[in-house]
Amino acid sequence: MNSASADVRSVGLVRPEKLVVDEPFRLASGTTLPRYELVYETYGELNADASNAILVCHALSGNHHAAGYHAAQDEQPGWWDALIGPGKAIDTDRFFVVASNNLGGCDGSSGPLSVNPQTGSPYGGDFPVMTVKDWVTSQGKLADVLGIKRWAAVVGGSLGAMQALQWAISFPDRLQAAVLIAGAASLSAQNIAFNEVARQAILKDPTYRRQGEEVARNGVMVARMIGHITYLSEDAMLAKFDRQLINKDLSYQFDRDFQVENYLHHQGEKFAKRFNPHTYLLMTKALDYFDPAAEAGGDFKQALTPAQCSFLIISFTTDWRFPSAGSRRMVQALVDAAKDVSYVEVATASGHDSFLFPVPRYVETVRFFLNELPLN
Amino acid sequence: MKEFDYILRWVPHGARVLDLGCGDGTLLTLLRERKQVSGYGLEIDVDCIATCLTKGVNVIEQNFDEGLANFASQSFDLTLLTSTLQAARRPDQLLMEMLRIGKNAIVTFPNFGHWRHRLFLAWHGRMPAFSAPPYPWYETPNIHLCTIKDFETLCQTNKIHIQNKVIANDGLVPSFWPNLFGTAGMFLLGRPR
Repeated sequence: MNSASADVRSVGLVRPEKLVVDEPFRLASGTTLPRYELVYETYGELNADASNAILVCHALSGNHHAAGYHAAQDEQPGWWDALIGPGKAIDTDRFFVVASNNLGGCDGSSGPLSVNPQTGSPYGGDFPVMTVKDWVTSQGKLADVLGIKRWAAVVGGSLGAMQALQWAISFPDRLQAAVLIAGAASLSAQNIAFNEVARQAILKDPTYRRQGEEVARNGVMVARMIGHITYLSEDAMLAKFDRQLINKDLSYQFDRDFQVENYLHHQGEKFAKRFNPHTYLLMTKALDYFDPAAEAGGDFKQALTPAQCSFLIISFTTDWRFPSAGSRRMVQALVDAAKDVSYVEVATASGHDSFLFPVPRYVETVRFFLNELPLN
Repeated sequence: MKEFDYILRWVPHGARVLDLGCGDGTLLTLLRERKQVSGYGLEIDVDCIATCLTKGVNVIEQNFDEGLANFASQSFDLTLLTSTLQAARRPDQLLMEMLRIGKNAIVTFPNFGHWRHRLFLAWHGRMPAFSAPPYPWYETPNIHLCTIKDFETLCQTNKIHIQNKVIANDGLVPSFWPNLFGTAGMFLLGRPR
C-alpha cells in the first residue's frame, strides 16, 4: 500500500484552506445563507497570468481532499490521487489544481455540522437544500478570491460532472474546457428511485432526528449499501465474490452467509462513521434536482446555447447508474448546439466507480485532452 | 496531387463537416487549418481517438456502420467518407444517410476495376488482396469492393447527384478509361433528386 513518504508521484503533504464569505448567499431554493465557509485544497502553482487553473468538483461522498496526504502516516491519499499529481493526467507540474468542497458537506464547509446563527446550535437537518447551481456560484466566489478569471478546465465525475456542466452554462466565459466523466444531464427515474430508497433508509431509521450528529447511523449504512451496489457492475461483484460463503456451512439464520454481504456491511459501516446523514439527504436531492434542460423549457440544446468551452465527455461501458446512453445524449445535444465536444467510452469492469480508478485508457484520455489545451 | 488536396477544393470555407471514420484526424486538421471548418470525426479505433485528442480534433466514439440516426437531417454542410466505403455493411444505405445528414457528401474509395486487380484475378484466379496490410478474402474488412462504374450505377439508381468527380490514376497512363486505369474514385455528391 502507498503511504505519503513512499509515493513519489504524489503532490505530497497538503493542507486544506478555507474561504470565508461574510455576506448573505441567496440559494436557488429561495432560502438565504447568512454567511458561509468553503474548504478547498490546491496543488501545483498558479502561473503569472492565472491561466493554468483547473477546478476539480467532487461527487456525492467526496470532499476537497482530492490528492496527496494530510499526514505522513496516512495510508490513503485523496480520493482522486489516481489522476492528480506531478506527471499524472491532471498534471500538477503544469496546472494549478483547486479541489473545492461542496456546501452542505460534512468535512469543514458550511453544512449540517455548522452552527446556525439563528439558534446557536448546529443546523442538522435544517441546513438548506443545495443545488448544483448554488455550488457553482460558491465556487465562482472561490475563483474570484484566488484571482482566477477563467479556469483552463472544470473537471468532475458523477455529481462532479454535473457541476462542470453547470459551470459551462452559468459562467460561459470563465472556463476554457469542461470534462464530464460518468455524468448525466439529469437523473433518470430509476436513478432518482435509488436515491429515494437511500433517503428513506435514513429518514425511517428510528434514531433519525433533524437535530444532532449521532443520528440515523444505521440508516446511513443501509443508504450506502444500496448506493454501493449501484456503483459496481454485476461482473465486478461476480469476479470479486461469486457465491463465496463466510463460513463453511449455511447458517439457516438471518445472519450474513455470503462474502458479498460482509463486504457491503464493511463498506456501509465505514461510511456511516464518517458521513453525516443530513449531508447524504441533501447531496442526493441536489442530484435529483439537477436538470438544466428543465430551465430551458425542456430543451437541453437550448440550455447549452450560452456555453463557449470545449467539452470532453467520458463514460464507462459497465456503468449502469450513469449509463453511456445518457452521456451520448449529452454529446448529441452538444453537436446539435454546434459546441466543441469529444466523446470516449472506456471499456471497464468496475461500473460507475471506474472514474475513481487509474484505468489506463481513461487516464490517458484526460491527459491528452488537458495537455492539448492552449493556456491563455 | 494527393487525395486530400482534391477533397480540399470541394470543401467550402467555414463548412460544418462530419467525417465518418476520421482516423487519426489528419483530414480534419487539414480542413481546420486550410478551410476553417468546424465539425466532428466519428471513430472507433482506440489509438486513432487518442491521436485525435492530442491534435485537439473533436472526435466522437461511435461506429457509423451501426447507424447515424442520432444526427439530425441537414445538420451539416458536408459529410465525409474517405477510403472506407468498401468496409461499410450497407454502402447504399450509408450514402443515403450521409446525404440526409449533410447537404453534400464527399466519398472516396479504391477502384476494384483497376487493371492490376483485373489482371491478378484473371491470371491467378484468386481474389486480389490489395489493401495494406493485404488481408486474405475471408478476413478482410473490405467487404463491399466496387468499381467506379459500379459506384456510378448505384448513384444513378438512388438518384444521387454526382456534382463532381476525380479519378486518381498511378500516373503511368492518361486518364481515359477511368474504370480500367483509375486507382481510386473521389466523388462530390448532392442530395437525391
